Order: sequence, then structure tokens, then C-alpha cells
Amino acid sequence: MREVAVVAFAQAPIVRRETERNEVEILLPVVRDAVERSGIPKSEIGFTVSGSCDYLAGQPFAFVMALDTIGAWPPVRESHVEMDGAWALYEAWVRLQHGDVDSALVYAFGKSSLGDVGEVLALQLDPYYLAPLWPDPVSLAALQARAWLEADGHSEREMAQVAARSRASARNNPNAQLAGDFDIDDLLAEPYLVSPLRRHDCPPISDGAAAVVLAAGDLARRVCQQPAWIRGIDHRIEAQALGARDLTVSSSTALAAEKAGVASGPVDIAELHAPFTHQELILRGALGLDGETQVNPSGGALAAHPLMVAGLTRIGEAAQRIMDGVAGRAVAHATSGPCLQQNLVCVLEAE
Amino acid sequence: MANRCAVIGIGQTQYAAKRDDLSIAGLVREAAARALEDAGLAWRDIDAVVIGKAPDMFEGVMMPELYLADALGAAGKPVMRVHTAGSVGGSTALVAASLVQAGIHDRVLTVAFEKQSESNAMWALTPKIPFQPPVVAGAGGYFTPHIRAYIARSGAPPDVGIRVALKDRQNALRNPYAHLRMEDATYEAIAESPMLWDPIRFHETCPSSDGACAMVLASEPAAANSPRPPAWLLGGAMRSEPIMFPGRDEVNPRAGRDCAADVYRQAGIADPRRDLDVAEVYVPFSWYEPMWMENLGFAKRNEGWKMVLEGATAFDGELPVNPSGGVLSSNPIGASGMIRFAEAAMQVRGQAGEHQVAGARKALGHAYGGGSQFFAMWIVGSEKP
Repeated sequence: MREVAVVAFAQAPIVRRETERNEVEILLPVVRDAVERSGIPKSEIGFTVSGSCDYLAGQPFAFVMALDTIGAWPPVRESHVEMDGAWALYEAWVRLQHGDVDSALVYAFGKSSLGDVGEVLALQLDPYYLAPLWPDPVSLAALQARAWLEADGHSEREMAQVAARSRASARNNPNAQLAGDFDIDDLLAEPYLVSPLRRHDCPPISDGAAAVVLAAGDLARRVCQQPAWIRGIDHRIEAQALGARDLTVSSSTALAAEKAGVASGPVDIAELHAPFTHQELILRGALGLDGETQVNPSGGALAAHPLMVAGLTRIGEAAQRIMDGVAGRAVAHATSGPCLQQNLVCVLEAE
Repeated sequence: MANRCAVIGIGQTQYAAKRDDLSIAGLVREAAARALEDAGLAWRDIDAVVIGKAPDMFEGVMMPELYLADALGAAGKPVMRVHTAGSVGGSTALVAASLVQAGIHDRVLTVAFEKQSESNAMWALTPKIPFQPPVVAGAGGYFTPHIRAYIARSGAPPDVGIRVALKDRQNALRNPYAHLRMEDATYEAIAESPMLWDPIRFHETCPSSDGACAMVLASEPAAANSPRPPAWLLGGAMRSEPIMFPGRDEVNPRAGRDCAADVYRQAGIADPRRDLDVAEVYVPFSWYEPMWMENLGFAKRNEGWKMVLEGATAFDGELPVNPSGGVLSSNPIGASGMIRFAEAAMQVRGQAGEHQVAGARKALGHAYGGGSQFFAMWIVGSEKP
């Protein structure tokens, strides 16, 4: 495959409710920041692709006005996925393989605060048999957590440890929404939100945006001192019906990890898109990560979870650590759908 | 450089106002199964699935590709979901082709659908933007001012739209999948139909349809084993421009002209009107045919309407446009672009049945969306590039 690297990443400070700015206004400085950091003139970027979802905005064509942020004039080669921005990045990576363009801008935005996220995400489910029951995402994750706890003798304490570690790591992330030091016993003394999940096991509701610039081969080396090379990227889906899947593992993540070549070297850091604490532990298993890997140094999705953005942010956070020289080899992961239904795995390396 | 890509399977559903015999999953599966059958493949032969549709509010299902994963045999495979407004059917095919061109997959199933009977398109197409008055006029209310601007600046006679509609209504009778089959279509019947958005009459507008279209796209080695002749991708492009800014030409958008120039360059087409044998162009309202004839470079500026009056775009004309009956006859919005792309491929495969244009070797598939700002096009040919 053609060598392609992340050469710039930018994100908005993630907040619970952005009341002053609409999506375009949140996105504009982020896109500008990413393009400036890339050192590639905006007019020379060969392809643009974004990820967002109409149902968050509650209106059709939520991505149309976002086009204003890139100043698409003269007209640009542009595409959009109704998916997390991580899949937009995948489309850009594929497009760069053709060889006729050398750079791509990828951006994602989402304001989860505009509606009731629980009700909105229930609309992802089978519209005939399941959605009419309005199962919210926390309840579905709780079913998965219960199955996982009982299958392998895991404990709620392990889950609380994930929450405490994530939010402690987030203290070093100026864009995180939730950060701080938490005592495990204090967390376990909290009541259940939906048994066996407590509030700390769940992601915050967030508004935000992120942007990444990709460049191929020599261009990446010219504009970036330490490009984060994409050595493998793959994504897989499972059937949606919860009864048709083994919820205690993530077979689609394991398959994507195999295709992306996660196991072909040591993993210094992993940025995992695990909205719920037990999902991080399921994903570690699926990715074959051992204790040597630092997981979610940014705080991950438990510290900030703007829908449609959080997956792209994982790739950006992992890539940034390679560009900064903090990590030599990193794995980034994105998820979509109820209970880790669809998963993307990206392996990033320094030169 | 990019690898070769071919269309080796095409499947369409019957288009209708309400397919209440099928769920959404059943609808996409009907098209996908027919595409697989055409390609002589089974579900297990497919490497990846790329789905497209217009706004999720048309069915009330958020990101329905998640729910549709098992219906499309995609468990354990990569699935992508494209959404670029009305052009989405075309851009979905291009994203699927991109996977083959990049050398990542050998056989990609691409599907586009809309089941508009599940919701109300007029409501679903109306953005509810804070501090802005909602238009609540549907696509017709949005595009009619552009049409009126076209008529004013081109000096086109007032009945050009009627003639386009008559041609497409008659062409649809040749297409077994078409939604609207107006057996008694006459100039007078169209002229006397109610005015919806002046100058667009009832019979000059597209229907709201349920339907899906699917294609199997293949690499050169995979296409070599296909049982029926492939349609080779000779060029594909997307272009976007902002929806509004001072001085923007909404009648003849630059993004459309640039997109056309790009596919012509890739396909080695010097004179599109001469070098192309047939075009399937996204015409949701009759007057968009002459407008797009200019935007695509088939006619000079302000002269697209002359092609209509001369019969150049008729089924037996110099450059048949929409022999399938086009969007005016079947419009499951998210699929309408892919139907254009698929119909172009059917023509060069010699597969179009009663609406086959004799000897078609190079064909254009075209789609547009948003406020005439998103364009997707491909040119397919019977000969390997």
C-alpha cells in the first residue's frame, strides 16, 4: 500500500453543552488549526471528507453548512459519511491509495446536547422490533456488562479502576470534559445507574469537533518532522441483534486488529473508543494488549464523548503522541452501534 | 496508479409509492440479491459493503446500515455508509469503486435505497434551523427559483419542461422497474396537470418512491470470471461547493462543470455530445434536463433547451438522455443517483432491454444534491480502458 501518515490533528475543547456556537462555529477554528499545523496550503489539499449525523442535529443535511468551514471555493473533491469521523479517515486513506492526490482533510463534529441522547440512539435499532421499545444505550451496555461480569468472573472494581485511571489521565488533557482523582471505594459506594453500571462507568454527554490532515509519502516527510504513519487500518461490523452476538467479546475488533497487523510489534499506547468501562476491558482482550501498553493517555471516551467525533479523536490522540515523539507504535480504535457492533482499528508508527 | 474497476452485477427493485410487502431490510436485500445473481456470486464472495441513502429522517432510522448489516450479509465485513444529499447514490458507488481502485478489495457490494413511504419527504427535507424561517416547500419549492432564473436568462420557450416530461414518461414505459407508468401520456395531459411550483406542473415532477439499487463492483481479475459482460469504469469524480455565497451561479454551478471536466479528462472524452452514446442524468424536475445539458457541456450556455426541442435527447435522438424514464419516473431519493450510475452501466453491458440504446459503448451516470452543490459522476464503457 502507499505510505500515508497523519501529519496534523486539532480538536475543540469538549464541553457538556455548547450553547454559544453552532456546529460550523465550533468546527471552523478546529479545521483552520489542523490545516495550519499541517503546513499544507488549504488550496493544495487534494480531498476532503467528513463524518457527522443528522439525528444529532435533529435536521436533514447537517453536513451541508459545515462545508462553509473549509471555504469550498473553487469547488473541492469532497465526500461525507454518516458515521464517526474515523470512517471518514478510512475513506480518505483509501482515496490516497489511488495516487493522484497526496493529501486529505478529515473532520468530524457532533453536538450531543441538542437532543436526548438516549432517545436518539434508540433510533439506531431495528425499527420494527426493537426501536419501538426505546431501549437506551446505557441499558443495552448494562446487559453487555452483566454478561461480561458473569462470563469471566470479572468484577465491578475492575470497571471502577478503568474509570478512575481514565479520569486521572484526563488531567493532562486540556480538551477533556471530565478529569480528576477518584477513590475506587468511593466510586463503588455510588448507586447503580442501570445495574451493574454506575455513573462513572458511562461516558459524559459531549459537544465537540476534531480534524486530521493526512499526507502521503514524500509530502508527509516534507511537512512533518515525525509523521504518524498508518501501517494498517481495517474495520468490521457484526450483526446488530444483541441475541445474535457474544457480547462478552468483540469479534469484529479482533478481526480488524488481525487485518491491521496489531500483533506484529509492541504497542506503546492505545487509544480505545470505549464509551463504557467494561468495553475497554473487552477491547483490550480483542486487541491482545498486555500490561506494557498504556491505554487511553488522553482519558478516552470516559473523559469526553462527542458522538461522531470520539473515534476520529482516538486516531488523532494516538497520532499526536507519535508526532510528539512520546510513542513509537500506537493503536487507535473507533466504535459505532450498540454494544461495540462496528469497530475500526488503526496501527500508527513512527518512521 | 489506481487499479481498474468494473461493474459485474446490477440489481434493482420494483419502484413504487409504497412497498408495503417488504421491510427496509427486505427492500435492500431484494436489490442486493439481484445484483449478486447477475454477477454469478454468493453473499460469501463479497469483501465489503458500501451503503448510501439520503437523510435518515426519510425512514426514521438513525444510521440504518447498523441495523441492515445482517440483511446485507455483512457480518464480519467492512461496511461504510455514505451520505452526500441527493448525489449520494452516485457518491456511494464512487466510494465503493474507490476500494477496488485502491487495490483493497476485489468484490464490493454497493447498495443505495430509500423507503420514503416510512415517513414524509416534505417534512424530512425541511431543515429546522434556529432563527431561520423554515421553507416547508420541499425540493420543488427550493429549486423552482433556479428554474425561473434559467428561463429568464436563456429565453427558453415555456413548454420545454412539458416536452422533457413527455419524453421521460414515454421512456418509462420501456422500463419494467419504473414507478410511474403513464400509459396515456400526451403533451396536453402534462400541460393541463396542476401547477405545483410555477413553472413545474404535477406531471413535470418526480414521485416519492420506495426502492433500492445495488451493484457489484470488481477488480480486473475478479471481473474476468464474471458470467456477463462487465461495464468498465473509465472515470469517476465528485465535486462540492458551498450552498450559498454572493455571486454563486446556482443555475449552472461550477462544481458540476468541474466534475464533468474531470470525468471527461479521465475517460479521454474530447467532445462529450459526440463521444458519449447515452446519458442518465439526475432530473427531478423537467427543466433540469436543459439546465444540466449546459452544465455537462452537451450544449452551449443558454442553449440546452434547443437539444430538447430538436429531439436530441429523445430515445432515438443524437444523445439519448434518461432512456430509463429517469428520476421523473422513479425517485427513491437516496437511490436515484445510483440508479443513474447503474442504468449507464446496463446500457454499455447491452442489458437495458426495451430501453437499450443500440450500440451504446460509453455512457454517463450523473447525480447532484443539496442546493445544486454536490455532484457525482461516472463514465462507464464496454471496452477495458
